[in-house]
Amino acid sequence: MEKFTLGSQLLQFFFTGLTVGSIYALVALGFNIIYNATEVINFAQGEFFMLGGLIAVSLSMTFGLPLPLGFVLSVGIVTLIGAVFERVAIYPLKRPSVLTLIMITIAASIIIQGIAMLVWGTDTYDLIPFSGRAAIRIGGAVIQPQYFWVLGLTIVVVIAFNLFFNRTTLGKAIAACADNPEAAWLVGINVKTMVLISFALSAGIGAIAGIVITPIALMEFDRGPLVAVKGFGAVVFGGLGSFTGAVVAGLLLGIIESLFAGFVHSGFKDAAALTILLLILFFRPSGLFGSIEITKIKKF
Amino acid sequence: MKTIQKSLICGLILCFLFIFNGPSLGAEKKPYKLGAIYSVTGGAALMGDPQKKTTEMLVDQINAAGGIDGHRLEVIIYDDESDDTKARLLTTKLMKTEEVLGLLGPCATGTSMAAVDIAQEYKCAMISMGASWMITTDPKTNKVRYWVFKIPLDDKGCVARIYEFLKYKGINKVATLTNTTAYGASGREALFAMAPDYGITILADEKFGPKDSDMTAQLTRIRVSGSQAIIGWTIGPTQTIIMRNWRDLGMTNIPFFQSFGFGNRKTIELAAGAAEGINTLVTPGSVSTLLPDTHVQKKVTMEYTLAYEKKYNDRVSIFGGSASDALRLFVDALKKVGEKHTSLEASRKAIRDHLENTKGFVGQHGVFNFSPQHHMGLTKDAYVMVVIKSGDFALAK
Repeated sequence: MEKFTLGSQLLQFFFTGLTVGSIYALVALGFNIIYNATEVINFAQGEFFMLGGLIAVSLSMTFGLPLPLGFVLSVGIVTLIGAVFERVAIYPLKRPSVLTLIMITIAASIIIQGIAMLVWGTDTYDLIPFSGRAAIRIGGAVIQPQYFWVLGLTIVVVIAFNLFFNRTTLGKAIAACADNPEAAWLVGINVKTMVLISFALSAGIGAIAGIVITPIALMEFDRGPLVAVKGFGAVVFGGLGSFTGAVVAGLLLGIIESLFAGFVHSGFKDAAALTILLLILFFRPSGLFGSIEITKIKKF
Repeated sequence: MKTIQKSLICGLILCFLFIFNGPSLGAEKKPYKLGAIYSVTGGAALMGDPQKKTTEMLVDQINAAGGIDGHRLEVIIYDDESDDTKARLLTTKLMKTEEVLGLLGPCATGTSMAAVDIAQEYKCAMISMGASWMITTDPKTNKVRYWVFKIPLDDKGCVARIYEFLKYKGINKVATLTNTTAYGASGREALFAMAPDYGITILADEKFGPKDSDMTAQLTRIRVSGSQAIIGWTIGPTQTIIMRNWRDLGMTNIPFFQSFGFGNRKTIELAAGAAEGINTLVTPGSVSTLLPDTHVQKKVTMEYTLAYEKKYNDRVSIFGGSASDALRLFVDALKKVGEKHTSLEASRKAIRDHLENTKGFVGQHGVFNFSPQHHMGLTKDAYVMVVIKSGDFALAK
């Protein structure tokens, strides 16, 4: 029996934590895009994650499409669903209060779950891993290739994000809406369209997270809410509205959870992450990267 | 004119009354009403779905053959969504409002525990399909619950079988990997309580939540502990995830035993090969084709297997088997005492008494022998130890 050193264990927990944390980070990014554009917390974010996974499963396993095509199509379909959701449930409202919008997203979450149950039933579904199951051994830790896909795709998304919001006009326009919708409107930015694009983007990112994790953790119709809660935890932890915060907090949350489960007690791992969250909020209410002035100005 | 109109109207009214009440003036018998609470959705859906299908199939079969002594059988099936609170509310609804003669289910430990008080309150028999010994026995007083029965061998019995097998294989250091629901907690208690009797030491005590998606941390700790075997106690998707993690971490050289909550071929499919070599306990009903012709349950189990697989194009599981056994037990009671009483309380009591005295009843799970001290009618030898080979169950040696 090989000696399983402390270092190997640390590495094992670290990789698992990083993988789970990447999912939290992606979901948190999705929350932040919509929050920045509309000050709304979209509680249906977890459902985009779930839909991404299940649609990819149907496309690849039931219809037999090659995996890359299934991936792209699934992300596309869920992005469309995000856009439709915005047009149907958010756009028609005249000066809605933030509370109303939050209630609408919660209702949407329940409805989407119900539809998913009708379509896919209550069964658990599996997706073939992107590059096989041959485990990779690194310093005594055993790592699935799919973990690297999760990490890799997260890095790609984060880089694409940065480029989009800092280097493209569209990205800057959305950021402007987040800063000051009236001023943005005055300079000719169509705020309503920016909101639409935000929802679509957020849905797309959620879908990517869902698809890439399904080969590891499987997917079922009611997986959304738990992921949404953890992702939201990462959002608050990192500072509402901060993209960097979302990524850092998501990864940290995943790693803390994994290390706690690994070295202290597996039964309380959820409590560990949430306790840290509470502690951070006591000492730094705006989160790791949030700014206190902005927290005061924003309505929610 | 007026008198003719009046009498015409009276005549029409009489006709209507006769048409709509006519059948009851005749000799049509009152239908027998039973209730059923299954977790058709939620974490325990793997159990509730085949149970619902089995119940519906059997009810149709019975009614097509003329019912029970001419009485139509009606089973009202509710979905408790794997939620303990909902199970409790639905039990009250069935026993109080629908006035059922007996209750099938609930199907899981947590949901069953939520319903036992209601059964005692409304004095209506309930045949649970949950695992824990605490369903039929109050853990505080160690007394059997008067109105509650259950089908599956309880976790204590299953643990005894697994430990017996381990001892036979010369393994005495194990790790437990249990979920935090009532099912997992009860199983864990049984594992710890019975370990000393078989000379077993538990080196690692790992837990996880029913909706967790990654158990590599727990399995890594088990790896470190030096355990010779792992005993997993959970149902739902986590069953599959722990097997996949076990394989992905390269731990397949450590024997893995799953609780009887595994007993479903769908779980093997989902594991995508990770279930190869896993041991578990299943009912004789799930492996009817592997039983020798001389086996006392051969006929009953083959009948059910063939009918279910033909109708639903799906393999049988231990869960559908519990529903079959529970319904057939109630039908047997109704045949013997259903027509003897007219009041609801008397009927419910008579059915309960009959259940309690049923002996030698051949079902999917085993041969049931109930008594006032044993409301779970099976002994620990009822189930079969299998190993997963080539994607299906094979008898373990």
